[in-house]
Amino acid sequence: MSDLVDVCALTDLEPERGVGALLGGHQVAVFRLADDTVRAVQQLDPYSGANVIARGLVGTTRVAQDDGPERDVATVTTPMLKQVWNLETGAVIDSGGKPKKPLAVFRAEVRDGRVLVADAPEAPVEA
Amino acid sequence: MSPTSRSLLDGENIVVIGGGMTAHRLAESLQQQDPDGTWSLTVIGDEPFEPYDRVHLSEWFAHRDAGALAMDLEVWQDPRTTLITGDSVAALDRKAGVVTTRSGHQVSYDRAVLATGSWAWTPRAEGTDLPGAFTYRTMADVERIEEWVRLRGKALGRQVRGVVVGGGVLGLEAAAALQSLGAAATVVEFTDYLMSAQLDQGGGEMLRLLVEDLGMTIRTGVGATRFLPAGDGPVGTAELSDGSSLPADVVVFSVGIRPRDRVARESGLAIGERGGVVVGRSCQTSDPAVWAIGECASFDGVTAGLIAPGNDMADVVVDRFLGGERVHSRVDEGTKLKGVGSVDAASFGDVNALGAGALEVSFVDPIHRQYRKLVVSDDAKTLLGGVFVGDIELYAALRPLLGRPLGADPAAVIAPDGGGAVDLELPDDAVVCSCQNVTAGTVRGAVTEHGCTTIGQVKECTKAGTVCGSCVPALTKLLNAELEKSGVEVSDALCEHFAMSRAELFRIISEEDLGTFSEVVAAHGTGRGCAICRPTVASILSSLTGRHLLEGEASALQDTNDHVMANMQRNGTYSVIPRMPGGEVRPEQLLEFAQVAQDYGLYVHITGAQRLGMFGAQLGDLPDIWRRLVAVGFESGHAYGKSLRNIKTCVGQMWCRFGVQDSTTMAVKLEMRYRGLRSPHKLKFGVSGCARECAEARGKDVGIIATHKGWNLYIGGNGGANPVHAQLLVEDVDDEHLVKYIDRYLMLYIREADRLQRTAPWVAEREGGLDELRRVIVEDSLGIGEELEAAVQEHVDCYEDEWKVTLEDPEQLKKFVTFINAPGVADPDLAFVPERGQIRPAGEADPITYHDPRAARDAATATPQETR
Ligand SMILES: Cc1cc2nc3c(=O)[nH]c(=O)nc-3n(C[C@H](O)[C@H](O)[C@H](O)COP(=O)(O)OP(=O)(O)OC[C@H]3O[C@@H](n4cnc5c(N)ncnc54)[C@H](O)[C@@H]3O)c2cc1C
Ligand code: SF4
Repeated sequence: MSDLVDVCALTDLEPERGVGALLGGHQVAVFRLADDTVRAVQQLDPYSGANVIARGLVGTTRVAQDDGPERDVATVTTPMLKQVWNLETGAVIDSGGKPKKPLAVFRAEVRDGRVLVADAPEAPVEA
Repeated sequence: MSPTSRSLLDGENIVVIGGGMTAHRLAESLQQQDPDGTWSLTVIGDEPFEPYDRVHLSEWFAHRDAGALAMDLEVWQDPRTTLITGDSVAALDRKAGVVTTRSGHQVSYDRAVLATGSWAWTPRAEGTDLPGAFTYRTMADVERIEEWVRLRGKALGRQVRGVVVGGGVLGLEAAAALQSLGAAATVVEFTDYLMSAQLDQGGGEMLRLLVEDLGMTIRTGVGATRFLPAGDGPVGTAELSDGSSLPADVVVFSVGIRPRDRVARESGLAIGERGGVVVGRSCQTSDPAVWAIGECASFDGVTAGLIAPGNDMADVVVDRFLGGERVHSRVDEGTKLKGVGSVDAASFGDVNALGAGALEVSFVDPIHRQYRKLVVSDDAKTLLGGVFVGDIELYAALRPLLGRPLGADPAAVIAPDGGGAVDLELPDDAVVCSCQNVTAGTVRGAVTEHGCTTIGQVKECTKAGTVCGSCVPALTKLLNAELEKSGVEVSDALCEHFAMSRAELFRIISEEDLGTFSEVVAAHGTGRGCAICRPTVASILSSLTGRHLLEGEASALQDTNDHVMANMQRNGTYSVIPRMPGGEVRPEQLLEFAQVAQDYGLYVHITGAQRLGMFGAQLGDLPDIWRRLVAVGFESGHAYGKSLRNIKTCVGQMWCRFGVQDSTTMAVKLEMRYRGLRSPHKLKFGVSGCARECAEARGKDVGIIATHKGWNLYIGGNGGANPVHAQLLVEDVDDEHLVKYIDRYLMLYIREADRLQRTAPWVAEREGGLDELRRVIVEDSLGIGEELEAAVQEHVDCYEDEWKVTLEDPEQLKKFVTFINAPGVADPDLAFVPERGQIRPAGEADPITYHDPRAARDAATATPQETR
């Protein structure tokens, strides 16, 4: 099980933008969403090989759920070649015609105004 | 691996004889089609290089770097694939299933593929073997020609005089290559006109004028009969069939190719009457275990001389290897001249109207050096052929219509400016994406059969548009047309969050006076937007309110380039490009610029936009770098934004002998006016001081050319992937009217255009076209002229340099960190290598790399110490 590490204050983050963070050996992209919850994924863009995911644009996309109505999930688009991922699962939403390469997801939460992020990724999602 | 995914080829040995273009294609396509197969593939080529792009051989003269022509080298990294270069196959033993190379190496095979290509034919004449006589086919040929011309020129102490025998496409390419080496070039062509295999007489004559303009000498209707040595041994004179002779210090033969079929012939395979290994539609030879592809194969008695049929044959063989049924067929590919300066010539079909009842319609303009001819059926309806010389814009549009209804009056099509009148529907087999070789039919099928409804889905399904992307507008048109046909209402929705077009959204935001993205998306959209609608809304809000881009919520709408006011590069670092209006820069600014580059180890480059840029800046360093630049009077050049980039200009009347107006001052004035103006796409201007057009203004969104009486204003041009010439809007206007009309034109474009639509397609697709625009802009037919000018004026009044504002705001400076929990630490994965005394990002293949760019730069002169 991974440990949660204190990264910064929630107010250090701009709403709907990301920042890079260094957690042990991992470069992580941490995002603050419009509802003031946080998400974290790997900083490495698997398509370009550059550490830039945190500098991508945050948004939402509507997905169908197995057991209920459609809902909006948070997304990030890499600034490099514009592939889009689901910020909750790391799954690829738009690969721009390339093979799908998901992002590793790191557990992240806000506690007492501080942003805490896991120092190791969760098990990878099904691509 | 599951048993069902086992490949038919598993465990087999395949050998490819010949290591050229089609061999490469076969290896690449086999790896792609059968990523998990357990076959082994051996490619044997006799040239001492990895397979290279022979089609672009002449480009070697531009860079003289054999490596630059290599075809994708990754293919040879596949562990199942072995490439042997510099050794030729001497024998094919079909009984034993073994090939033997000249060096004695033996490879046994289950399947063999011949891909030996052609050799260049040399006429049977005395003296063709003298030193200084060459063919034009291989990398070795071009290297030897270059060396010969260089050394011979030195030995003779004067310009080298070259003779090219053969006036076809390759002969002309070779002649242009000789000229590029500084030699004079005379082309000797046996038939009556140039490119006689592809053009008609009229086209050939026009082509002669064009290449003579380039300084070539053309001799048609004569052959070269013999070559005589100069006093010191090498070739010196060419004798011609009319009894005359030409000085010839270098001779290049380009009189046709012959298939290389010796190995096949000696192994007893069936050979065509005119040479070449006989194959059927499956590309199998007379031995079912042996296949042949490319120029060495004889299909229907004909050997190919172009790459497209060769690639198709390679794909057929791979498909067949894996159990498919694909067959090879030939279509008229047409022929296009290339590599001869900017001279264009192309043709397709029955160029001489030899078919029964065929009619010819032609347009000849020797002054502008244009020749166009269409060949149509006797009812003038079906297109049978076409010849285009000088201006071949119509070639690409018309070639796919060969054998089909033209759908327009042929005379109207080829008349000057007539092309626009015809909106031609692409036939199914027309190739839209040439990188991936995807046809219009395949794209249509993706919509009708595979249910694709978005451009992303079409890309994923067909692979079209995934390499260079220049065909995406064409794909979008096909997709929308197909959706419309199948009754789906084509939405001009911006993205999944906004159901309206950019123009509509602009109107709504402006009318309802909305100020933030949250307001806009709550009232008219869904969710929280995406990478398409967020920057679009930001750009609209910025053009409407002239507010600083990073203020408040707007900050989260900008993609990273606008967010940090720098353009992201491939390794995640940024470029720093200050504005240099009119291409001017003061010496003391230049000194500080150089010092910054020195201190941070940045790469310095003069960009294509007539100004200096620094590359490789790290996120955390941007504010300090800009603080120093702002201090000496630089400001943001907006090289990152969808906004005015720069205004290219010449020195005009101020310095130039020819200038008739002060183009530099005008350019500076305009750049100061429109800087920072956010628009649907980037905007480029050009201002030339006279009709010589040194600033290439007609290749810009706004082109201004000085006249004796004032300025001519051109609009809607661009360079890039689909170059378009700007069109004349008004002539001879004074300074004041010039600015007025540009104001109106730009604001109209900003209001109406689609996201990422440049001015050229906006002008072309706007109802009423240029004439209507002229009425609106010049005659103010809608009465909105003043309103448009006022909108620009508001922008001018509110303009502030983004960098200056940011540097004064501690809140905004917070975001310039690589790691929020480790300020001052640089991305540890960044790696650079030295290149010509500066740096570039390291690639996979670089053995020694440097984390600190300054160390990389210094290593250019010192020995490497710090490695990663
Ligand atoms: C200057 C120039 C310009 C051209 N421009 C165009 C163009 O604009 N458009 C177009 O479509 N085509 C063009 N072509 C033609 C195009 O390059 C050929 O159609 C294409 O290269 C054919 O591919 P291939 O694999 O059949 O033969 P090649 O590419 O010639 O490859 C054959 C290879 O096999 C080697 N080989 C032969 N025999 C043996 C042996 N026994 N053992 C080992 N190796 C052997 C040869 O040395 C050669 O390397 C141009 C050609 C030239 C020379
Ligand atoms: S465009 Fe005219 S004025 Fe400008 S540099 Fe060229 S020749 Fe001189």
